[in-house]
Amino acid sequence: MRKKVIEVSNLTKKFGNFTAVDHITFDVDEGEIFGFLGANGAGKTTAMQMLCGISMPTAGEGRVAGYDIIKENELIKRNIGYMSQKFSLYEDLKVWENIRLFGGIYGLSEKEIADKTDELLKRLDFEQERDTLVKYLPLGWKQKLAFSVAIFHEPKIVFLDEPTGGVDPAMRRQFWEMIYDAADRGITVFVTTHYMDEAEYCNRVSIMVDGHIEALDSPAALRQQFNTDSMDEVFRKLARKAERF
Amino acid sequence: MIEVKNLYKSYGRADNIIALKGVSFTVNDGEIFGVIGPDGAGKTSLFRILASLILPDSGSAIMNGHDVVKDYKTIRQIIGYMPGRFSLYQDLSVEENLKFFATLFGTTIEENYHLIKDIYRQIEPFKNRRAGALSGGMKQKLALSCALIHKPEILILDEPTTGVDPVSRKEFWDMLARLKEQGLIILVSTAYMDEAGRCDRIALIKEGEFIATDTPQGIIDNYSGVLWAVQGSRMSVILHELRAHHLIKSSFAFGDKIHITVDEGLQAEELKQYLINKNFEDVNVFPIEPTVEDCFMALTN
Repeated sequence: MRKKVIEVSNLTKKFGNFTAVDHITFDVDEGEIFGFLGANGAGKTTAMQMLCGISMPTAGEGRVAGYDIIKENELIKRNIGYMSQKFSLYEDLKVWENIRLFGGIYGLSEKEIADKTDELLKRLDFEQERDTLVKYLPLGWKQKLAFSVAIFHEPKIVFLDEPTGGVDPAMRRQFWEMIYDAADRGITVFVTTHYMDEAEYCNRVSIMVDGHIEALDSPAALRQQFNTDSMDEVFRKLARKAERF
Repeated sequence: MIEVKNLYKSYGRADNIIALKGVSFTVNDGEIFGVIGPDGAGKTSLFRILASLILPDSGSAIMNGHDVVKDYKTIRQIIGYMPGRFSLYQDLSVEENLKFFATLFGTTIEENYHLIKDIYRQIEPFKNRRAGALSGGMKQKLALSCALIHKPEILILDEPTTGVDPVSRKEFWDMLARLKEQGLIILVSTAYMDEAGRCDRIALIKEGEFIATDTPQGIIDNYSGVLWAVQGSRMSVILHELRAHHLIKSSFAFGDKIHITVDEGLQAEELKQYLINKNFEDVNVFPIEPTVEDCFMALTN
């Protein structure tokens, strides 16, 4: 059996009398690409914050990257990677400065950072952009760099929150090829997206509706279960049941 | 009618960041015109010029007979503008925001209620809630109501569906289709290629230039390559195999399929056999109609 990188049961978060996340139970295997889908307001962000150790659950329990999400949330933060469309890199720092900053935050030595920076810039074909301020990079490049920085410390799992929103179609696909490479190296990828074609690239996807996980399986199995040939339709059938918005 | 001629716009100390490189197009009365392209392509600069919020370096734009530079006061009366970022007053309630915008334009909610009824009714139960406390979908509906309350002739919507889930996106486009029935000109931008089909005509924009302007079907009909889909298990491995084939010009993942463009000489059956010989037994290869996304990729790569 494959190792579990996420295992949560009955994870719940209440804000006053509003239950944002309502008893969700699931697990994610090592090296798996796991798509975390749901309509706006379904509770995805709240759930992700609990998994990343930055929000305490009201009830339930679980482990992420081998650590308890309640007692060891500081250790979780150190052992995961995170990237979103809204926040990824510091615009006013150069490419190499961003890499150094994040490498430092995750406790890598100067020597490690220097060696890995060279290797990374070479692999991305970014060597001539080493001293470029990040704000001058095209969005697609920025997202590729941000992803590389998020996994620079070789975390067990990386959380990607709508990483490809607004990205050029060709770049969006190159980005997914980087996700595949990371997964092949054993890094688990936990990703949210509003592009339903991207749901197909995941090994398994879950779909949240009103704080619950309403469906969880491989894209092919979900399409079969809902008797349709598109993930878009699966999503639509489930989200139609939503009562809150 | 909107007539845009040769708009240029650059930014930066030495004008070294060129946002628009000579954009021209027209939008007819009662049309939904979509400007489709990735972030950073120049969509927001274009819309800000049309909304009279920034000045072009050169070129002109006439909207229903009014020049966006000279007649900016009239322009602001006749357009409804919904910026990409939520720009309503977070500390005012839903109703207060709407009232504020109605008052600015010398009208009242009651006078133009019929224009916003469809949309506003959905958020009216929460009219006393602070705008800052609304969910994404509700904010979007309020912003559209505020852009409509003064009965504009032209609606300018800058990426209204960014970050919005597929179901809410569909609902939003349904609302636009109903507004169009009332005779509004609607100019809308998006980075989602699959929304192209909801527009009467579209422009594909990349790096400050319109690379194609046509009806969505016209864009598709103009696609000149040979496009096939490849389907099978182990998609990421198949992708690498296809990239290595010398008669395949491009291969990209498209949901549960891979779309490939090929040289005229290759036959689908031949490629299928080739892949089967490489131990992809369950593979299927067949010709397909391009999507707007295929067209965008063919035109930009």
